[in-house]
Amino acid sequence: MKHTLAVLVENHPGVLQRVSGLFARRGYNIISLVVSETEDSSISRMTIVVDGDERIIEQVTKQLNKLIDVIKVQDVTNEDTVDRQLLLVRVNADNPAKAEIAQLMDIFRARIVDIGRKSVIVEATGDEEKIEAIIRSLQPFGIQEIVKTGICSMVRGPK
Amino acid sequence: MKMNGAQILVKALEDQGVDVIFGYPGGAVLEIFDALRESSIDFVLVRHEQGGAHAASGYARASGKAGVCLATSGPGATNLVTGIATAYMDSVPLVAITGQVPKAMVGTDAFQEVDITGITSPITKYNYLVQDVKNLPKIVAEAFYIAQSGRPGPVLIDIPRDVSMAVAEYVPYKKVDIRSYKPTLKGHPTMIKNALKLLTQAEKPVICTGGGVISSGAHEEVKKLANLTGAKVVSTMMGLGAFPGNHPDFLGMLGTYGNEAANLAVQNCDCFLALGMRFDDRVVGDPEKFAPRAKIVHIDIDPAEIGKNIAVDIPIVGDIKNVLRDMIAQLKDITPKTNNDDYPHPNVRIEEGLNAPWVLRTLKRIGASKKLIITTDVGQHQLWAAHHLSFNEPRTLISSGGLGTMGYGIPAAIGAQLAHPEKTVVVITGDGSFQMGMPELGTIAELNLPIKIIIFNNGTLGMVRQLQHHYCNKRYTGVFFKKTVDFMHLAKAYGAEGYRIESADEVPKVFKEALENNKFTIIECPIAQEDLVLPIVLAGDGLEKMVFNP
Ligand SMILES: Cc1ncc(C[n+]2csc(CCOP(=O)(O)OP(=O)(O)O)c2C)c(N)n1
Repeated sequence: MKHTLAVLVENHPGVLQRVSGLFARRGYNIISLVVSETEDSSISRMTIVVDGDERIIEQVTKQLNKLIDVIKVQDVTNEDTVDRQLLLVRVNADNPAKAEIAQLMDIFRARIVDIGRKSVIVEATGDEEKIEAIIRSLQPFGIQEIVKTGICSMVRGPK
Repeated sequence: MKMNGAQILVKALEDQGVDVIFGYPGGAVLEIFDALRESSIDFVLVRHEQGGAHAASGYARASGKAGVCLATSGPGATNLVTGIATAYMDSVPLVAITGQVPKAMVGTDAFQEVDITGITSPITKYNYLVQDVKNLPKIVAEAFYIAQSGRPGPVLIDIPRDVSMAVAEYVPYKKVDIRSYKPTLKGHPTMIKNALKLLTQAEKPVICTGGGVISSGAHEEVKKLANLTGAKVVSTMMGLGAFPGNHPDFLGMLGTYGNEAANLAVQNCDCFLALGMRFDDRVVGDPEKFAPRAKIVHIDIDPAEIGKNIAVDIPIVGDIKNVLRDMIAQLKDITPKTNNDDYPHPNVRIEEGLNAPWVLRTLKRIGASKKLIITTDVGQHQLWAAHHLSFNEPRTLISSGGLGTMGYGIPAAIGAQLAHPEKTVVVITGDGSFQMGMPELGTIAELNLPIKIIIFNNGTLGMVRQLQHHYCNKRYTGVFFKKTVDFMHLAKAYGAEGYRIESADEVPKVFKEALENNKFTIIECPIAQEDLVLPIVLAGDGLEKMVFNP
């Protein structure tokens, strides 16, 4: 099962290598990893999506916690979170298709951000499900290239 | 006062109470050596950097304080790697210092440049590449704190040459506080209550001491707890000495090379209290078959060890000494229990002759009145030493348990002897391992250390030969030395006393002389090539399935 871990780390050089090295060395399966500075510039936040059963996730969490640079590890899988991914896709598109794609993307609240002679680039953000739906809807046109970021996750504030 | 980075480093090391550094020079550490010249710290010039790391590790394990080793960049640094990994696996507090090419050249494949922080990242508890001389005091203080606190381990500090040369003010760094590193020292009260309930209700409790008991200094507490609960005590190799080896309730080392009494007790127990151990494969055999009737309580300072290899019923994270004190405090009103379970005596009878078990028993008898520290190498001799010597106090056995590093025993003995000049340090080794640790004979001779080295010469890499016996249907490859070393000439070359034992009746006399002579001594004892370490639990079996006649 996929788990999303929110990991706060010291913003030092070499920390990413320590974390990724740990996953490689212990044979844990990273699905995606996003790193960025937080509101406190001395701290970075990693959102790591990792695949494994409860035992493996427990080990991953403990091993992460054991790294000196790791400040906090939180498994947010079962939390109420907002999850977002950024998607860029270049799709084959002659002129009639361009209009059709623009309409289609409206439904997803995605948009065309670049128009080439025979292609367009679509930009979208959303959770994994939405991103997959967008990709599926674009497949009939012929996808040239896909770039995706990993998942960023934030726990919702109390309502 | 202004000084250069090297002087700041040395000053910071002095402030940490370092009294000896084991190392080897080179271009990237010129300034550091220059600074050491004026320091109160003794410098020991080893013959190979690996020996330096092992010596520092032996010093740490004998003294309980962090050991320090020093090497130049590139090959000097890579030569430390085996020593650092050995210390990592056995949770030994070690601070390794390496020189690095100047910052401006880092990443250019400069002469003798190697990415030692990258290389050692999986085998250190933490490491530093120093970027600014101003950070040195903080880094040194943190390095010692990290190495010695929580679950101890090695820390490496890589210092570019220009940082060693840069001039700054030395501002001592007093109070280490690392927000992301706060080891848990107190055990959880509810977990402790639950553990006590299990332990006091058990009919056949077993306590197992791991290396963590020794790091934590909890040996007295273990004795008390065993007495109160009537538990039998077994030990991992790393834990030997944590409970007196000559105590009637001690059953010996458990594991795939464990002895009969210990393994049977574990497989029959109804409560297994694991103290500071890792449940590694040599200890548990097949994890599915380990202690099948037992509820398992695991106390360890490293939460990541709990539940890693074996599922446990009651996990307690904390410093063992703290946790055991809390447990004992709650037991003060119970009457000590006795446990009359009868297990095969751990000291099975052994026939007199030139076989390692008998020779080691003789050493045990003759050395009984002395304060001995035993270091070992890795192989059959190591297991025989674990079984047939008696480790009655902590820090009296220094052996590479986790990594199983041949070549450890001799340099580790140097560190142990320097930590304890008043004790008699004896190395138990094989003819294979001896030749890996051999460079450091020069260091022993130079320092005039009265270390005794006992070589069990079977003309083979006996442990591997034994594995080929069990697992390759007795097809032996690459395990025999076709040319033997004349160890007596070698002893002479290093100015050591040499004894070659020819028959069993000489053994007591040779040991008596050697233990009294106060000189560097090499004793060679021939043993049969075919001797096996027995019993053994073969791969895939539970610990009760010991083979005595493979
Ligand atoms: C550095 C290293 N290389 C290889 C091994 C694998 N190994 C384990 S025991 C052993 C043989 C040891 O032979 P010896 O020191 O003569 O001791 P004996 O087993 O004969 O007592 C070997 C090669 C090891 N443990 N360490």
